[in-house]
Amino acid sequence: MAAKKLNFEQSLARLDEIVRHLEKGDLPLSDSLSLFEEGTALLSSASRMLDEAEQKVVKLRKGADRQPEELPFEEE
Amino acid sequence: MERQALSVTELNNRIKGLLDLDPMLADVCVRGELSNYKIYPSGHHYFTLKDSESSLRCVMFKGSAAKLRFRPESGMSVTAFGRVSVYPRDGAYQLYCSALQPEGAGDLQVAFEQLKAKLAAEGLFDRSHKKPLPAFPEKIAIVTSSAGAAVHDMIRILGHRWPMTKVVLLPVRVQGVEAPPEIAGAIRYANEFQVADLIITGRGGGSIEDLWAFNDERVARAIYDSGIPVISAVGHEPDVTISDYVADARASTPSNAAEIAVPDQHELRDALDHLDIRSRQAMQKKLSQLSQKLAALAEKRVLTDPSVYIDNRRMELDHMRDRLSASAERKVSAGRQEFVRLASALDAMSPLRVLKRGYSITEDGAGNSVKSASQLKKGDRVRLRFADGGADCTVDCVTEGD
Repeated sequence: MAAKKLNFEQSLARLDEIVRHLEKGDLPLSDSLSLFEEGTALLSSASRMLDEAEQKVVKLRKGADRQPEELPFEEE
Repeated sequence: MERQALSVTELNNRIKGLLDLDPMLADVCVRGELSNYKIYPSGHHYFTLKDSESSLRCVMFKGSAAKLRFRPESGMSVTAFGRVSVYPRDGAYQLYCSALQPEGAGDLQVAFEQLKAKLAAEGLFDRSHKKPLPAFPEKIAIVTSSAGAAVHDMIRILGHRWPMTKVVLLPVRVQGVEAPPEIAGAIRYANEFQVADLIITGRGGGSIEDLWAFNDERVARAIYDSGIPVISAVGHEPDVTISDYVADARASTPSNAAEIAVPDQHELRDALDHLDIRSRQAMQKKLSQLSQKLAALAEKRVLTDPSVYIDNRRMELDHMRDRLSASAERKVSAGRQEFVRLASALDAMSPLRVLKRGYSITEDGAGNSVKSASQLKKGDRVRLRFADGGADCTVDCVTEGD
Protein backbone atom coordinates (compact mmCIF):
# COMPACT_ATOMS: atom_id res chain seq x y z
CA MET A 1 0.00 0.00 0.00
CA ALA A 2 2.15 2.81 1.23
CA ALA A 3 4.88 3.32 -1.31
CA LYS A 4 8.43 2.64 -0.08
CA LYS A 5 11.17 5.19 -0.56
CA LEU A 6 9.59 7.97 1.43
CA ASN A 7 11.99 10.78 2.11
CA PHE A 8 12.61 11.90 5.66
CA GLU A 9 9.92 14.55 5.66
CA GLN A 10 7.33 12.17 4.23
CA SER A 11 8.36 9.45 6.66
CA LEU A 12 7.91 11.82 9.54
CA ALA A 13 4.47 12.91 8.31
CA ARG A 14 3.37 9.29 7.82
CA LEU A 15 4.71 8.32 11.24
CA ASP A 16 2.77 11.10 12.83
CA GLU A 17 -0.36 9.90 11.06
CA ILE A 18 0.22 6.31 12.16
CA VAL A 19 0.74 7.25 15.79
CA ARG A 20 -2.43 9.34 15.78
CA HIS A 21 -4.37 6.39 14.38
CA LEU A 22 -2.92 4.04 16.95
CA GLU A 23 -3.60 6.45 19.76
CA LYS A 24 -7.23 6.77 18.75
CA GLY A 25 -7.42 3.05 19.41
CA ASP A 26 -10.58 2.44 17.40
CA LEU A 27 -9.01 0.15 14.83
CA PRO A 28 -9.34 -3.62 14.84
CA LEU A 29 -6.35 -5.44 16.28
CA SER A 30 -5.09 -6.71 12.94
CA ASP A 31 -5.15 -3.20 11.44
CA SER A 32 -3.45 -1.80 14.52
CA LEU A 33 -0.76 -4.42 14.25
CA SER A 34 -0.06 -3.77 10.59
CA LEU A 35 0.08 -0.01 11.25
CA PHE A 36 2.43 -0.65 14.13
CA GLU A 37 4.67 -2.72 11.89
CA GLU A 38 4.66 -0.02 9.22
CA GLY A 39 5.53 2.57 11.86
CA THR A 40 8.39 0.51 13.22
CA ALA A 41 9.80 0.07 9.74
CA LEU A 42 9.51 3.79 9.03
CA LEU A 43 11.19 4.63 12.32
CA SER A 44 14.17 2.50 11.57
CA SER A 45 14.48 3.71 7.97
CA ALA A 46 14.26 7.34 9.11
CA SER A 47 16.96 6.85 11.73
CA ARG A 48 19.06 5.06 9.13
CA MET A 49 18.71 8.07 6.81
CA LEU A 50 20.13 10.24 9.59
CA ASP A 51 22.89 7.78 10.38
CA GLU A 52 24.00 7.39 6.80
CA ALA A 53 23.70 11.01 5.68
CA GLU A 54 26.95 12.55 4.56
CA GLN A 55 27.10 16.21 3.77
CA LYS A 56 27.77 17.12 0.12
CA VAL A 57 29.27 20.50 -0.62
CA VAL A 58 29.87 21.75 -4.16
CA LYS A 59 30.92 25.00 -5.74
CA LEU A 60 28.86 26.18 -8.68
CA ARG A 61 30.43 27.62 -11.82
CA LYS A 62 28.69 29.10 -14.83
CA GLY A 63 29.66 26.69 -17.56
CA ALA A 64 29.08 26.61 -21.29
CA ASP A 65 25.64 27.96 -22.28
CA ARG A 66 25.49 29.50 -18.79
CA GLN A 67 24.54 26.05 -17.46
CA PRO A 68 25.64 25.43 -13.86
CA GLU A 69 28.66 23.16 -13.40
CA GLU A 70 29.43 21.58 -10.07
CA LEU A 71 33.00 21.63 -8.82
CA PRO A 72 34.32 20.14 -5.61
CA PHE A 73 34.60 22.74 -2.92
CA GLU A 74 37.98 22.88 -1.29
CA GLU A 75 38.38 24.60 1.98
CA GLU A 76 40.41 27.73 1.33
CA MET B 1 36.77 116.67 -10.63
CA GLU B 2 37.00 113.76 -12.89
CA ARG B 3 37.02 110.32 -11.30
CA GLN B 4 38.21 107.21 -12.99
CA ALA B 5 35.13 104.98 -13.47
CA LEU B 6 35.48 101.20 -13.33
CA SER B 7 33.54 98.87 -15.49
CA VAL B 8 31.25 96.44 -13.69
CA THR B 9 33.43 93.60 -14.77
CA GLU B 10 36.52 95.34 -13.44
CA LEU B 11 34.83 95.84 -10.08
CA ASN B 12 33.56 92.29 -9.85
CA ASN B 13 36.95 90.94 -10.82
CA ARG B 14 38.59 93.10 -8.17
CA ILE B 15 36.27 91.76 -5.52
CA LYS B 16 36.78 88.24 -6.79
CA GLY B 17 40.54 88.82 -6.61
CA LEU B 18 40.27 89.97 -3.02
CA LEU B 19 38.21 86.98 -1.99
CA ASP B 20 40.39 84.51 -3.85
CA LEU B 21 43.39 85.79 -1.96
CA ASP B 22 41.93 84.87 1.39
CA PRO B 23 43.22 81.40 2.34
CA MET B 24 40.38 80.93 4.82
CA LEU B 25 37.76 81.39 2.10
CA ALA B 26 39.60 78.97 -0.15
CA ASP B 27 38.76 76.09 2.12
CA VAL B 28 35.64 76.57 4.21
CA CYS B 29 33.45 74.27 6.10
CA VAL B 30 29.97 75.64 6.76
CA ARG B 31 26.93 74.28 8.52
CA GLY B 32 23.35 75.06 7.55
CA GLU B 33 20.05 73.82 6.22
CA LEU B 34 19.58 72.96 2.56
CA SER B 35 16.85 74.82 0.75
CA ASN B 36 15.70 75.24 -2.81
CA TYR B 37 17.79 72.24 -3.85
CA LYS B 38 17.78 71.83 -7.64
CA ILE B 39 19.56 69.47 -9.98
CA TYR B 40 19.98 70.86 -13.47
CA PRO B 41 20.09 68.78 -16.65
CA SER B 42 23.75 69.74 -16.88
CA GLY B 43 24.34 67.63 -13.76
CA HIS B 44 25.21 70.64 -11.59
CA HIS B 45 23.42 70.99 -8.27
CA TYR B 46 22.22 74.43 -7.10
CA PHE B 47 21.00 75.17 -3.62
CA THR B 48 20.93 77.62 -0.78
CA LEU B 49 22.39 77.06 2.64
CA LYS B 50 20.70 78.98 5.37
CA ASP B 51 20.30 79.40 9.07
CA SER B 52 17.74 81.48 10.97
CA GLU B 53 19.22 84.80 9.92
CA SER B 54 20.99 84.54 6.61
CA SER B 55 21.54 82.49 3.52
CA LEU B 56 24.36 81.51 1.17
CA ARG B 57 24.11 80.58 -2.50
CA CYS B 58 25.87 77.34 -3.37
CA VAL B 59 26.71 75.36 -6.44
CA MET B 60 28.05 71.83 -6.69
CA PHE B 61 29.45 70.83 -10.02
CA LYS B 62 28.63 67.56 -11.71
CA GLY B 63 31.92 65.86 -10.81
CA SER B 64 31.56 66.50 -7.09
CA ALA B 65 27.85 65.70 -7.11
CA ALA B 66 28.51 62.22 -8.57
CA LYS B 67 30.50 61.35 -5.45
CA LEU B 68 27.52 61.96 -3.17
CA ARG B 69 26.47 58.76 -1.40
CA PHE B 70 23.09 60.11 -0.34
CA ARG B 71 20.46 62.19 -2.03
CA PRO B 72 20.48 65.74 -0.62
CA GLU B 73 17.02 67.18 -0.04
CA SER B 74 15.72 70.58 0.98
CA GLY B 75 15.32 70.77 4.74
CA MET B 76 18.32 68.56 5.52
CA SER B 77 20.90 69.86 7.94
CA VAL B 78 24.30 69.48 6.36
CA THR B 79 27.89 70.51 6.51
CA ALA B 80 29.19 71.82 3.19
CA PHE B 81 32.83 71.92 2.15
CA GLY B 82 34.29 74.13 -0.56
CA ARG B 83 35.61 77.59 -1.41
CA VAL B 84 33.89 80.96 -1.54
CA SER B 85 34.27 82.99 -4.69
CA VAL B 86 32.43 85.43 -6.88
CA TYR B 87 30.50 84.62 -9.96
CA PRO B 88 31.36 87.74 -11.94
CA ARG B 89 28.38 87.53 -14.29
CA ASP B 90 25.93 88.02 -11.42
CA GLY B 91 28.23 89.91 -9.12
CA ALA B 92 27.38 87.52 -6.40
CA TYR B 93 29.59 85.49 -4.24
CA GLN B 94 28.74 81.85 -3.64
CA LEU B 95 30.03 78.66 -2.15
CA TYR B 96 31.58 76.31 -4.69
CA CYS B 97 30.73 73.12 -2.84
CA SER B 98 32.95 70.07 -3.25
CA ALA B 99 31.34 67.79 -0.64
CA LEU B 100 28.23 67.57 1.50
CA GLN B 101 27.77 65.62 4.67
CA PRO B 102 24.50 65.10 6.46
CA GLU B 103 24.44 66.53 9.95
CA GLY B 104 24.41 63.98 12.78
CA ALA B 105 24.23 60.70 10.92
CA GLY B 106 26.82 59.75 8.35
CA ASP B 107 26.05 59.98 4.69
CA LEU B 108 25.78 56.19 4.41
CA GLN B 109 23.28 56.17 7.22
CA VAL B 110 21.19 58.74 5.38
CA ALA B 111 21.47 56.77 2.16
CA PHE B 112 20.35 53.69 4.04
CA GLU B 113 17.31 55.43 5.48
CA GLN B 114 16.44 56.87 2.11
CA LEU B 115 16.58 53.53 0.29
CA LYS B 116 14.75 51.84 3.12
CA ALA B 117 11.92 54.38 2.93
CA LYS B 118 11.76 54.09 -0.85
CA LEU B 119 11.63 50.27 -0.93
CA ALA B 120 9.21 50.14 1.99
CA ALA B 121 6.89 52.47 0.07
CA GLU B 122 7.14 50.13 -2.90
CA GLY B 123 6.13 47.21 -0.70
CA LEU B 124 9.41 45.28 -0.89
CA PHE B 125 9.32 44.57 2.84
CA ASP B 126 5.68 43.50 3.00
CA ARG B 127 4.96 40.52 5.21
CA SER B 128 2.53 39.18 2.64
CA HIS B 129 5.36 38.79 0.14
CA LYS B 130 7.49 36.67 2.46
CA LYS B 131 7.73 33.01 1.51
CA PRO B 132 7.83 30.22 4.07
CA LEU B 133 11.16 28.42 4.35
CA PRO B 134 11.17 24.71 3.46
CA ALA B 135 11.13 22.56 6.60
CA PHE B 136 13.63 20.09 5.15
CA PRO B 137 15.58 21.82 2.35
CA GLU B 138 17.21 19.42 -0.08
CA LYS B 139 19.66 21.92 -1.53
CA ILE B 140 20.82 25.20 -0.07
CA ALA B 141 22.55 27.78 -2.25
CA ILE B 142 25.00 29.95 -0.34
CA VAL B 143 25.71 33.25 -2.04
CA THR B 144 28.78 34.67 -0.32
CA SER B 145 32.54 34.84 -0.52
CA SER B 146 34.23 31.46 -0.82
CA ALA B 147 36.94 32.80 1.48
CA GLY B 148 36.37 33.97 4.99
CA ALA B 149 34.95 32.49 8.10
CA ALA B 150 31.28 32.94 7.20
CA VAL B 151 31.08 30.23 4.54
CA HIS B 152 32.99 27.75 6.69
CA ASP B 153 30.82 28.40 9.71
CA MET B 154 27.71 27.86 7.62
CA ILE B 155 28.94 24.63 6.01
CA ARG B 156 30.06 23.28 9.37
CA ILE B 157 26.79 24.04 11.14
CA LEU B 158 24.66 22.79 8.25
CA GLY B 159 26.63 19.53 8.22
CA HIS B 160 26.34 19.12 11.95
CA ARG B 161 22.62 19.81 12.10
CA TRP B 162 21.35 18.33 8.86
CA PRO B 163 23.91 16.55 6.69
CA MET B 164 21.16 15.41 4.31
CA THR B 165 21.04 18.86 2.72
CA LYS B 166 23.39 19.44 -0.19
CA VAL B 167 25.25 22.71 -0.04
CA VAL B 168 25.78 24.59 -3.30
CA LEU B 169 28.16 27.50 -3.03
CA LEU B 170 27.86 30.41 -5.46
CA PRO B 171 31.05 32.38 -4.80
CA VAL B 172 30.76 36.16 -5.10
CA ARG B 173 32.65 39.20 -3.92
CA VAL B 174 30.90 40.70 -0.92
CA GLN B 175 32.53 44.11 -0.84
CA GLY B 176 33.64 46.70 -3.34
CA VAL B 177 31.83 48.08 -6.35
CA GLU B 178 31.63 44.64 -8.01
CA ALA B 179 29.89 43.07 -5.05
CA PRO B 180 26.26 44.25 -5.54
CA PRO B 181 25.96 43.14 -9.21
CA GLU B 182 27.67 39.82 -8.37
CA ILE B 183 25.41 39.07 -5.41
CA ALA B 184 22.27 40.11 -7.29
CA GLY B 185 23.43 38.13 -10.34
CA ALA B 186 24.06 34.96 -8.31
CA ILE B 187 20.60 35.15 -6.71
CA ARG B 188 18.97 35.58 -10.12
CA TYR B 189 21.11 32.77 -11.57
CA ALA B 190 20.12 30.41 -8.73
CA ASN B 191 16.49 31.08 -9.60
CA GLU B 192 16.96 30.74 -13.32
CA PHE B 193 18.50 27.27 -13.00
CA GLN B 194 16.67 26.28 -9.81
CA VAL B 195 19.90 25.18 -8.20
CA ALA B 196 18.40 25.04 -4.70
CA ASP B 197 15.21 25.28 -2.70
CA LEU B 198 16.66 27.78 -0.24
CA ILE B 199 19.19 30.61 -0.61
CA ILE B 200 21.38 32.08 2.11
CA THR B 201 23.18 35.29 1.24
CA GLY B 202 25.36 37.33 3.51
CA ARG B 203 28.81 37.80 4.92
CA GLY B 204 30.64 38.10 8.19
CA GLY B 205 30.90 41.25 10.23
CA GLY B 206 32.63 44.48 9.23
CA SER B 207 32.22 48.23 9.08
CA ILE B 208 29.16 49.80 7.55
CA GLU B 209 31.23 50.31 4.37
CA ASP B 210 32.16 46.59 4.35
CA LEU B 211 28.52 45.58 4.59
CA TRP B 212 27.40 48.17 2.09
CA ALA B 213 26.71 45.75 -0.78
CA PHE B 214 23.77 44.38 1.20
CA ASN B 215 22.28 47.86 1.30
CA ASP B 216 22.35 48.05 -2.47
CA GLU B 217 19.11 48.44 -4.34
CA ARG B 218 20.10 45.84 -6.97
CA VAL B 219 20.67 43.23 -4.28
CA ALA B 220 17.41 44.17 -2.59
CA ARG B 221 15.46 43.77 -5.81
CA ALA B 222 17.11 40.44 -6.67
CA ILE B 223 16.10 39.12 -3.24
CA TYR B 224 12.59 40.44 -3.69
CA ASP B 225 12.27 38.84 -7.13
CA SER B 226 13.62 35.48 -5.97
CA GLY B 227 11.08 32.66 -6.18
CA ILE B 228 13.37 30.61 -3.93
CA PRO B 229 13.10 31.72 -0.30
CA VAL B 230 16.07 33.80 0.83
CA ILE B 231 17.67 34.10 4.26
CA SER B 232 19.74 37.24 4.72
CA ALA B 233 22.71 36.85 7.07
CA VAL B 234 24.88 39.95 7.18
CA GLY B 235 27.45 40.85 9.80
CA HIS B 236 26.83 40.57 13.51
CA GLU B 237 23.77 40.74 15.68
CA PRO B 238 23.16 44.54 15.66
CA ASP B 239 23.86 45.05 11.97
CA VAL B 240 20.69 45.46 9.98
CA THR B 241 20.81 45.84 6.22
CA ILE B 242 18.26 46.45 3.49
CA SER B 243 18.73 42.79 2.50
CA ASP B 244 17.53 41.80 5.97
CA TYR B 245 14.31 43.74 5.43
CA VAL B 246 13.60 42.27 1.98
CA ALA B 247 14.60 38.67 2.71
CA ASP B 248 12.06 36.04 3.70
CA ALA B 249 13.97 35.48 6.93
CA ARG B 250 16.66 37.48 8.67
CA ALA B 251 19.51 35.80 10.50
CA SER B 252 21.63 37.74 12.96
CA THR B 253 24.82 36.07 11.71
CA PRO B 254 25.81 33.56 9.02
CA SER B 255 25.96 30.82 11.69
CA ASN B 256 22.46 31.75 12.78
CA ALA B 257 21.32 31.46 9.14
CA ALA B 258 22.54 27.86 9.08
CA GLU B 259 20.57 27.18 12.24
CA ILE B 260 17.43 28.72 10.79
CA ALA B 261 17.83 26.94 7.46
CA VAL B 262 17.78 23.31 8.60
CA PRO B 263 16.34 21.26 11.44
CA ASP B 264 18.64 19.81 14.06
CA GLN B 265 19.05 16.08 13.55
CA HIS B 266 19.48 15.61 17.30
CA GLU B 267 16.11 17.17 17.94
CA LEU B 268 14.62 15.02 15.21
CA ARG B 269 16.14 11.88 16.66
CA ASP B 270 14.42 12.84 19.89
CA ALA B 271 11.22 13.38 17.95
CA LEU B 272 11.59 9.94 16.35
CA ASP B 273 12.18 8.39 19.76
CA HIS B 274 9.11 10.13 21.00
CA LEU B 275 7.03 8.79 18.11
CA ASP B 276 8.46 5.36 18.80
CA ILE B 277 7.40 5.55 22.44
CA ARG B 278 3.99 6.86 21.54
CA SER B 279 3.30 4.13 19.01
CA ARG B 280 4.46 1.45 21.44
CA GLN B 281 2.33 2.89 24.20
CA ALA B 282 -0.69 3.07 21.91
CA MET B 283 -0.15 -0.52 20.85
CA GLN B 284 0.30 -1.65 24.44
CA LYS B 285 -2.85 0.17 25.45
CA LYS B 286 -4.74 -1.50 22.63
CA LEU B 287 -3.47 -4.91 23.65
CA SER B 288 -4.21 -4.40 27.34
CA GLN B 289 -7.70 -3.15 26.51
CA LEU B 290 -8.33 -6.25 24.47
CA SER B 291 -6.94 -8.56 27.11
CA GLN B 292 -9.07 -6.85 29.74
CA LYS B 293 -12.10 -7.47 27.57
CA LEU B 294 -11.01 -11.06 27.22
CA ALA B 295 -10.58 -11.43 30.97
CA ALA B 296 -14.02 -9.96 31.57
CA LEU B 297 -15.49 -12.51 29.20
CA ALA B 298 -13.56 -15.33 30.75
CA GLU B 299 -14.95 -14.47 34.14
CA LYS B 300 -18.51 -15.18 33.08
CA ARG B 301 -19.61 -18.41 34.92
CA VAL B 302 -20.49 -20.24 31.79
CA LEU B 303 -16.85 -20.23 30.78
CA THR B 304 -15.29 -20.75 34.18
CA ASP B 305 -17.65 -23.74 35.12
CA PRO B 306 -18.88 -25.87 32.21
CA SER B 307 -21.19 -27.90 34.48
CA VAL B 308 -23.35 -24.80 34.84
CA TYR B 309 -24.42 -25.33 31.32
CA ILE B 310 -25.40 -28.88 31.96
CA ASP B 311 -27.13 -27.98 35.21
CA ASN B 312 -29.13 -25.37 33.43
CA ARG B 313 -30.13 -27.81 30.73
CA ARG B 314 -31.06 -30.32 33.39
CA MET B 315 -33.27 -27.77 35.08
CA GLU B 316 -34.98 -27.12 31.83
CA LEU B 317 -35.49 -30.81 31.41
CA ASP B 318 -37.07 -31.09 34.86
CA HIS B 319 -39.32 -28.26 34.06
CA MET B 320 -40.37 -29.94 30.83
CA ARG B 321 -41.02 -33.15 32.66
CA ASP B 322 -43.26 -31.36 35.15
CA ARG B 323 -45.23 -29.81 32.40
CA LEU B 324 -45.54 -33.14 30.65
CA SER B 325 -46.79 -35.05 33.69
CA ALA B 326 -49.21 -32.31 34.60
CA SER B 327 -50.75 -32.52 31.20
CA ALA B 328 -50.85 -36.33 31.39
CA GLU B 329 -52.65 -36.11 34.70
CA ARG B 330 -55.21 -33.81 33.21
CA LYS B 331 -55.77 -36.35 30.44
CA VAL B 332 -56.22 -39.26 32.91
CA SER B 333 -58.75 -37.48 35.05
CA ALA B 334 -60.75 -36.51 31.98
CA GLY B 335 -60.78 -40.23 31.02
CA ARG B 336 -61.99 -41.16 34.41
CA GLN B 337 -64.95 -38.85 34.20
CA GLU B 338 -65.81 -40.27 30.80
CA PHE B 339 -65.70 -43.76 32.27
CA VAL B 340 -68.11 -42.86 35.06
CA ARG B 341 -70.45 -41.33 32.56
CA LEU B 342 -70.29 -44.34 30.29
CA ALA B 343 -70.67 -46.72 33.21
CA SER B 344 -73.81 -45.01 34.40
CA ALA B 345 -75.17 -45.00 30.86
CA LEU B 346 -74.42 -48.68 30.71
CA ASP B 347 -76.06 -49.22 34.00
CA ALA B 348 -79.19 -47.54 32.72
CA MET B 349 -79.24 -49.97 29.86
CA SER B 350 -78.79 -53.07 32.02
CA PRO B 351 -81.55 -55.72 31.67
CA LEU B 352 -81.37 -56.24 35.40
CA ARG B 353 -82.70 -52.75 35.93
CA VAL B 354 -85.59 -53.57 33.56
CA LEU B 355 -86.30 -56.76 35.49
CA LYS B 356 -86.28 -54.76 38.71
CA ARG B 357 -89.08 -52.69 37.32
CA GLY B 358 -91.23 -55.89 37.11
CA TYR B 359 -90.35 -57.26 33.70
CA SER B 360 -89.01 -60.76 33.15
CA ILE B 361 -87.04 -62.51 30.43
CA THR B 362 -88.19 -65.78 28.84
CA GLU B 363 -85.45 -68.18 27.91
CA ASP B 364 -85.75 -71.44 25.95
CA GLY B 365 -84.18 -74.65 26.97
CA ALA B 366 -80.84 -73.59 25.45
CA GLY B 367 -80.83 -70.38 27.41
CA ASN B 368 -81.69 -68.13 24.46
CA SER B 369 -84.15 -65.37 25.17
CA VAL B 370 -87.50 -65.81 23.53
CA LYS B 371 -88.51 -62.65 21.70
CA SER B 372 -91.62 -63.90 19.86
CA ALA B 373 -94.67 -65.99 20.77
CA SER B 374 -94.27 -67.78 17.52
CA GLN B 375 -91.11 -69.40 18.86
CA LEU B 376 -93.18 -71.36 21.37
CA LYS B 377 -95.71 -74.19 21.19
CA LYS B 378 -97.82 -76.02 23.71
CA GLY B 379 -95.84 -78.19 26.10
CA ASP B 380 -92.41 -76.29 25.65
CA ARG B 381 -90.36 -75.89 28.76
CA VAL B 382 -89.27 -72.28 29.35
CA ARG B 383 -87.59 -70.48 32.14
CA LEU B 384 -88.64 -67.07 33.41
CA ARG B 385 -85.92 -64.93 34.72
CA PHE B 386 -86.59 -62.23 37.30
CA ALA B 387 -84.31 -59.75 38.83
CA ASP B 388 -83.84 -61.85 41.82
CA GLY B 389 -84.32 -65.44 40.57
CA GLY B 390 -86.15 -67.65 38.09
CA ALA B 391 -89.05 -70.03 37.57
CA ASP B 392 -89.23 -73.09 35.25
CA CYS B 393 -92.60 -73.22 33.44
CA THR B 394 -94.53 -75.25 30.82
CA VAL B 395 -96.42 -73.57 27.95
CA ASP B 396 -100.20 -74.37 28.13
CA CYS B 397 -101.27 -72.53 25.02
CA VAL B 398 -99.80 -70.07 22.54
CA THR B 399 -101.75 -66.99 21.52
CA GLU B 400 -100.43 -64.97 18.61
CA GLY B 401 -101.46 -61.45 17.82
CA ASP B 402 -103.03 -59.69 20.79
